[in-house]
Amino acid sequence: MQGKVWKFGDNIDTDLIIAARYLNTSEPSELAKHIMEDADPEFVSKMSYGDIIVAGENFGCGSSREHAPIALKEAGISAVIAPTFARIFYRNAFNMGLPIFELKEVDEIEEGDTIRVDMANGEIINISKSKKYRFTPIPEFMQELVDAGGLINFAKKEIAKGEV
Amino acid sequence: MGQTITEKIFSEHANRRVKAGEIVRVDIDMIIGNDITTPISIRAFEESGAKSLAKSDNFSIVMDHYIPAKDIASANQAKISRDFAYKHNLKYFFDEKDMGIEHALLPEKGLVIPGDIIIGADSHTCTHGALGAFSTGMGSTDISFGMITGGNWFRVPETIKVELIGKPAKHIYGKDIILELIRQIGVDGALYKAIEFTGDGVSYLGMADRFSIANMVIEAGAKNGIFAVDNITEEYLEERARVNGGLRAEPKIYYADKDASYCQTITIDISKLSPVVAYPFLPSNGKSIEKAVADDLKIDQVMIGSCTNGRIEDLRIASEIVKGKRVAKHTRMIVTPATQKIFLQAQKEGLIDTLIDAGAVVSNPTCGACLGGYMGILGDGERCVATTNRNFVGRMGARTSEIYLANSAVAASSAIAGKISDPRDI
Repeated sequence: MQGKVWKFGDNIDTDLIIAARYLNTSEPSELAKHIMEDADPEFVSKMSYGDIIVAGENFGCGSSREHAPIALKEAGISAVIAPTFARIFYRNAFNMGLPIFELKEVDEIEEGDTIRVDMANGEIINISKSKKYRFTPIPEFMQELVDAGGLINFAKKEIAKGEV
Repeated sequence: MGQTITEKIFSEHANRRVKAGEIVRVDIDMIIGNDITTPISIRAFEESGAKSLAKSDNFSIVMDHYIPAKDIASANQAKISRDFAYKHNLKYFFDEKDMGIEHALLPEKGLVIPGDIIIGADSHTCTHGALGAFSTGMGSTDISFGMITGGNWFRVPETIKVELIGKPAKHIYGKDIILELIRQIGVDGALYKAIEFTGDGVSYLGMADRFSIANMVIEAGAKNGIFAVDNITEEYLEERARVNGGLRAEPKIYYADKDASYCQTITIDISKLSPVVAYPFLPSNGKSIEKAVADDLKIDQVMIGSCTNGRIEDLRIASEIVKGKRVAKHTRMIVTPATQKIFLQAQKEGLIDTLIDAGAVVSNPTCGACLGGYMGILGDGERCVATTNRNFVGRMGARTSEIYLANSAVAASSAIAGKISDPRDI
């Protein structure tokens, strides 16, 4: 995945990602119209499909709403990169198939840079600045879930085997 | 090496001795969904091809966020949960007939038991740790996995020990203790960790205070907060058993070993605390009430309610303060009892009369105002003192509105004064 960077600060909470006033539906296309609205009301009109959010510490803190990664993904955000993620958001992003990456050096990336994530080599490449970083690998058990195609596909396999 | 309470609960569920850092897959004792998170879980459940719940008696849906339906979309969304509950003949489905905010309602009904592992598609599921259970918030898909398989996977968390010492002074509550802790460690100070509350100060805290404390550990990023069971917990459970004709299951009580391993220890002398007010826009922006009074902060709205502070104790505190007085001219006061039982109890005690006579509006139980859904939305630039749990940008309404988090006494005295005020001065 490759895209243009939008920068946000520390502690971007789930109310900023998708405000609760829009949670009277879980329809992805409705939610996608309002991402990051209270952080930057113009964000949806400014961003393009495939863009990447680079943020500070504790991204996705607050509510457990899975609507947050659903909305980001549906709006076309191809990845979120931050030094740390709030625990529930981290799990939700994996379960929803929104790619997220832990990277300490986010301060070296600027808004408007073009970056590429090389999943196979575990690298984030800042094309605009000709720099390369290694992102933190995900825990082994979570990799098994990813390999199975996500948590629900993992469950489907167990259903097929008659384990549940 | 000994074990923390959280490690013991996981060990018992995993049928082997586990320690922090291990990944375990365990059965869940209670899964909680609500009207806005469950539809996504139901969609995933149906996509998986599962025909029935793995366990018929470990899944509850509590309709509390946008119920009674605030608009057509909410009504349609609610219908997804209602239809599922009827189709699967759900034992624990709570809607308008038996309303309450999930984290107040389930303990009240005797459905939260010490030693449980509980997950809920609501971040404040951590509230139930007040009863000596492991309880944590997850997303809808994780809840769905629980519905399909009966369990889920966890990384057993390291534990931070928070030692509370001393006796709190008048108008110092659980809310002040947790706001002080979050002020000290920050909104990510306990990321991925458990927080175990201990020390002689705990013996001065009733269940309402403990629920408020456990409720807000998520605001420090924690996975769960937990209190050991003591005589106060046992009295509470006995009362729940009496009222409900029994508890959901037999309690399993665990205490931390003396040589348990903690990743950090924090001591708070709660006898020295002043009421804490968390300024916008993070729960970690705690200041003393003295500072808030000096800042002369005029307020438009006071909100008393939520899973943090909507219990009968909060209504008693608020009523005592506003009794015979009147909410300030330019201020409005909203009181939302967390459950119908609390509402009825408050009515019986005359609290509802007192509150309404003082100029408060009393609503049905709902999460509405706290998350900016309905029943108390803030307009542009408006300022609110709320007993809720989050003061993020736009949390209760307009992007330019401001939320100051406080205990119920500060909220009530501020409603009378029309600005943030110290309840100890009234």
